[in-house]
Amino acid sequence: MAMWDLTGKTALVTGASRGIGRAIAVALAEAGADVAVNYAGSEAAAAETVKAIEALGRKAVMIKANVGKAAEFENMVAAVLETFGKLDILVNNAGITRDNLIMRMKEEEFDEVIETNLKGVFNGIKAVTRSMMKQRSGRIINISSVVGALGNPGQANYVAAKAGVIGLTKSAARELASRNITVNAVAPGFIGTDMTDKLPADVKEKLEKDIPLGRIGRPEEIAAAVLYLASDASSYMTGQTLHVDGGMYM
Amino acid sequence: MSDVYDRVKRIVVERLGVEEAEVTAEASFKDDLGADSLDVVELVMELEDEFDLEISDEDAEKITTVGEVVNYIQSHA
Repeated sequence: MAMWDLTGKTALVTGASRGIGRAIAVALAEAGADVAVNYAGSEAAAAETVKAIEALGRKAVMIKANVGKAAEFENMVAAVLETFGKLDILVNNAGITRDNLIMRMKEEEFDEVIETNLKGVFNGIKAVTRSMMKQRSGRIINISSVVGALGNPGQANYVAAKAGVIGLTKSAARELASRNITVNAVAPGFIGTDMTDKLPADVKEKLEKDIPLGRIGRPEEIAAAVLYLASDASSYMTGQTLHVDGGMYM
Repeated sequence: MSDVYDRVKRIVVERLGVEEAEVTAEASFKDDLGADSLDVVELVMELEDEFDLEISDEDAEKITTVGEVVNYIQSHA
């Protein structure tokens, strides 16, 4: 369908070496976009993502950067603009966890998660705004989380960051709407990735019982929502959060 | 003066969609030319590119009229 076609568009996906980020990068490439694959540490995994994109006949480039550092994000965007000539779609997906109960959570554990998961999104929005404003179009999609809406014991830092992403998304959407740049968020529920594989089996089983659709989600199901927000199909939507969580939050 | 002024004027006319005659040295971007704060940020970005210089956020905040921009560019270019 033409509305979902991304041919001729370029995208940058942060944290695209594995999990949801890789699924997003591949889905955008399937729709026709050239994709820059950001990673922080997993070089081999990022190379796999690049291979998957190139197998679809699209251009891909991998760029190492810590999204929590503004200068690194700016350099990355400059590199993307130099390689692709423009940047149409930014997906702020990179995220980390440092789970602990509040009583035991160290200051560094709180700060690290805020820096990557919240400040990283801010850094990304700021870094792409100039070129998107100039071209009078752009799509920014931020990955939040169902726990940002519900709260979760043991994840105060992660939840604070993911709830922050929703507020940041709304502010950016209001600031940039007049320049035809839309900013939306996707809030995944429990999705089968390395991040959730770490959970013990009994916890997972209990989780599945709390999901109305009765199962853990797949990365591709998040990528589909991101593709919608990156494409013309969502042209009249901004500042929204799509909850893709099997019905956990409604 | 005239060259810088003409280039600034052209950019202001294009960016803000105003008449050339309105772009006098005394004209205030916000009060007279209808620019909002995002327009001003964009104008600054475009002027930076046009004149190949960097206008710090601090300086940009002080600039309110067309004449002030022209003076700034002439003293920094």
